[in-house]
Amino acid sequence: MRITTTVNNERHEVDDVWEGESLLYMLRERMGLPGSKNACEQGECGSCTVYLDGVAACACLIAAGQAEGRDIVTVEGLAEGDDLHPVQQAFLDAGAVQCGFCTPGLIVATHDLLARDPRPEDSQIRESLAGNLCRCTGYEKIIDAVKLAAGRMASTSAGGGA
Amino acid sequence: MTVTEDRPAAEIGQARRRKEDQRLITGRTKWTDNLTLPGMLHLAMVRSPVAHGTITSIDVEEAKASPGVIAVITGRDIADEQGSLPCAWPITEDQLAPPHPSIAVDTVNFAGEIVACIVARTAAQAKDAVELVDVEYDDLPVVLDMAAAAEGGDLTHPDLGTNVSATWVFDSAEAGTGTNVEDAIQAGEIIIERTYRQQRLIPAFMEPRSIVVDPTGEQTTMWSATQIPHILKLMLALTCGISESKLRVIAPDVGGGFGGKLQVTPEEVITLVVSRRLGRPCKYTETRSESILAAHHGRDQIQHLTLSANRDGTVTGLKVELLADMGAYLGLVTPGVPILGAFMYNSIYKFPAYRFVCKNIFTNKAWTDAYRGAGRPEATFAIERIMDELAAEVGVDPMEIRERNWIKPEEFPFSTVAGMEYDTGNYEAATDKAKQLFGYDELRAEQQRRRESGDPVQLGIGVSTFTEMCGLAPSRVLGALSYAAGGWEHATVRMLPSGKVEVLTGTSPHGQGHETAWSQIVADRLGVPFDDVEVLHGDTQIAARGLDSYGSRSLVVGGMAVVAAADKVIEKAKPIAAHLLEADVDDLEFEAGKFGVRGTDASIGIGELAFAVFSAHNMPEGVEPSLDAEATYDPVNFSFPHGTHLCAVEVDTETGEAKIRDYTCVDDVGKVINPLIVEGQVHGGLVQGIAQALFEEALYDDSGTLVTGSFVDYLVPSAADMPHFTTDRTESPSTTNALGVKGVGEAGTIASTPAVVNAIVDALRHLGINDIEMPCTPHRVWSAIQSRSSGEETPAQSQNVADSGLPSHNVTVSEGPADGGDGADPNVGRADSTSTGSETNGGAA
Ligand code: FES
Ligand code: FES
Repeated sequence: MRITTTVNNERHEVDDVWEGESLLYMLRERMGLPGSKNACEQGECGSCTVYLDGVAACACLIAAGQAEGRDIVTVEGLAEGDDLHPVQQAFLDAGAVQCGFCTPGLIVATHDLLARDPRPEDSQIRESLAGNLCRCTGYEKIIDAVKLAAGRMASTSAGGGA
Repeated sequence: MTVTEDRPAAEIGQARRRKEDQRLITGRTKWTDNLTLPGMLHLAMVRSPVAHGTITSIDVEEAKASPGVIAVITGRDIADEQGSLPCAWPITEDQLAPPHPSIAVDTVNFAGEIVACIVARTAAQAKDAVELVDVEYDDLPVVLDMAAAAEGGDLTHPDLGTNVSATWVFDSAEAGTGTNVEDAIQAGEIIIERTYRQQRLIPAFMEPRSIVVDPTGEQTTMWSATQIPHILKLMLALTCGISESKLRVIAPDVGGGFGGKLQVTPEEVITLVVSRRLGRPCKYTETRSESILAAHHGRDQIQHLTLSANRDGTVTGLKVELLADMGAYLGLVTPGVPILGAFMYNSIYKFPAYRFVCKNIFTNKAWTDAYRGAGRPEATFAIERIMDELAAEVGVDPMEIRERNWIKPEEFPFSTVAGMEYDTGNYEAATDKAKQLFGYDELRAEQQRRRESGDPVQLGIGVSTFTEMCGLAPSRVLGALSYAAGGWEHATVRMLPSGKVEVLTGTSPHGQGHETAWSQIVADRLGVPFDDVEVLHGDTQIAARGLDSYGSRSLVVGGMAVVAAADKVIEKAKPIAAHLLEADVDDLEFEAGKFGVRGTDASIGIGELAFAVFSAHNMPEGVEPSLDAEATYDPVNFSFPHGTHLCAVEVDTETGEAKIRDYTCVDDVGKVINPLIVEGQVHGGLVQGIAQALFEEALYDDSGTLVTGSFVDYLVPSAADMPHFTTDRTESPSTTNALGVKGVGEAGTIASTPAVVNAIVDALRHLGINDIEMPCTPHRVWSAIQSRSSGEETPAQSQNVADSGLPSHNVTVSEGPADGGDGADPNVGRADSTSTGSETNGGAA
């Protein structure tokens, strides 16, 4: 079947999508967007987190067919040109990346968390990111990164910046 | 000999942001699974559901006819090409090992073993056809309980005639490093005997293993999500009979390993053999379930300890009898893992007598091999647990018993009873700092209050003072331990004409940030900007020599190779600089990237010199126009990081829930190149160690089926499961290498497991509990409390199985009073007093 969908603000038509194919597969294998990762394909790790119509979700659990006519944002769509998104910059600055395999999913999940709650407490951060497994970092610096991003984003918006 | 030098260190010690991260956070990096080659075929594996059986027939016809399927390959089809997967560590001359084909030919020996491989046009078509292969098995008796297997009975490999692969002994009296342990036990005023179980764990790196092979062209190229591209290349050449020079192995960005990707895997051999046979590029990427099922597991030991001490708590001897479950096969370093622990049971203490006996046992389970710490976490757990038991017996604070036994700062260098030479350390300093940060005395006071008031939530304080051996390893030591390879590392430093620097390293990072840390080292050494250094790795064609990354060796050995190569560059540059400056070589000094003539203003920068060498217009007589240099560094000794970890746990005595309230650690990893990276390594390590204490266990049912087959059942912790950590450092630089570094990759994992379990036991000791088997699930803790308060023993079973609603019979767990139910033995001073499971495995030796 053919799927028409908007990914990272660009309209795409994807052919030969078969029944039962996941959105994750379509993004990675058919659309050249390997940023979202496949670490379990069971909805248990969050490595594949993307936005579907503004809601963060596991792309491995969404059928590609469900993307028809919908709006998808992946980690590749967060940075503007060469400028990193503040969440990405915060992960880099806080040392929240080790192997980096979980990172794209965590970046999207953090982006989503801060959109819902711009100044989360530590415990809220931990609960909100509980669906994203990271085997390397022990989460400590990921929590730091979320707080760093929250602080920076709050001060730019308070300062009337972008 | 002290070789640490004082040098201006602009970069070393800085919390540089990592060079690797830009590509990782934008999702634009190269993982093996992202790779697509023209005409590439996809593989899927047919795996045995049976743990032990003879293959009586394989019908592949239906699978072959399935859409898109190109071929179905069985073990018989490639019997001549696949060889036997390598084990590089025969720990004894008479070690027994079965042949280990990548695709099983006649028998399967664990559930998950590959019995056929599907090759299809798409990955989905290959996976669809897996179901269509019809394999018939004649069941053989399944061997799962290592303690029973050690005694005989059913055999994992009937051809071997025994389940014991090897027995390895270290005895301080025989080695001349100490006295006779039996004498010490005979004379001991206090004897404590304990059995601890190291449950089976799964490395669970986040990036599943993935392999792409391109056989077109003169050379065959393999991309693999591996920790060990160099070792893999050599082993594949030897296993499959391919000329080494015809193979190129590339480890692109690799998503974690933790020892789990320190392996030569069946999947790699199969992808190589099949793609060469078909002449087409092939890809195989495992699913998470396959990864959990068949990538090697870790730990899985039963440790029986006998400790003798004087009344004042001075330890006089330690005897360790170990059973180690190899699983069905010997992987790359499987038999050596428990041996790496053998040198660490004495930890930071001055034990006069020591004996270690290890039996390696075959069972019909996935094979075990290195997992973060590999042998050392097991040893550290056991000694730190039993030191707490000794403290309880003597009636002093656990910290006090450690102080009475540890090596004092002024006693370094110290030769241990296990034959190691500890170069530096300061256990007092790390402990003082940790206690202060933690608020040790205040927490002890709170614990006392809660005990007195009968608070249902009790507070426990766990201590773990650990050391480990890092920097694997001096080649001569590996030789003495019968390991097949050396322990050196290699590096090349090239001065490019533009003044930029290219560094090739034989280490193979998979999350550790070598590109950043090595750049810092070279920037300081050559006096060039950090950003001008480019570090290349993980490709046997680019960084041709190396022994890869594991055992906290990369910085200690690989970093030193980089230093040595950079120093050679300086040496090569000197006569050329002297020539260009028209000065005597002896009058030159190299500082901050410049060769200057002493006592004058004349100087030339190393970048400028690089261009002069490139153009080669004006070279001194007989000097080659190149500043490139390479170095192979073989360490003179291991390094010995240490630290003090303190954990406060609140145990709800009504629900059995154990919650970590505070975790504070002070580690001494010697000189720190990049504190941001070091902290991250400690944090990640802590979580893996805590996960062993509280959550994780690979469980088999009594037919040998892995029941923790996904992240739903195998409980890798999330952010919500983990506390905040307070980490700090002391610094006693290693004197065995010029950087003064010690290694940090495994420290957190090694130290944290006993800290947590000690804290839980400490919270409950006044209730008569002196052990809880790992993982300390609420059910286990609750059961231990119940059995104590009702004065009953809990029945032997794995509580984890009961927790998950799965069948509660689990023969892999040794029989015997379970879960600390036999806890506080009032007869602790008696030689026959034992804890969990000792009846069935006390005869480990
Ligand atoms: S890959 Fe989707 S949740 Fe793990
Ligand atoms: S950084 Fe490796 S899994 Fe998170």
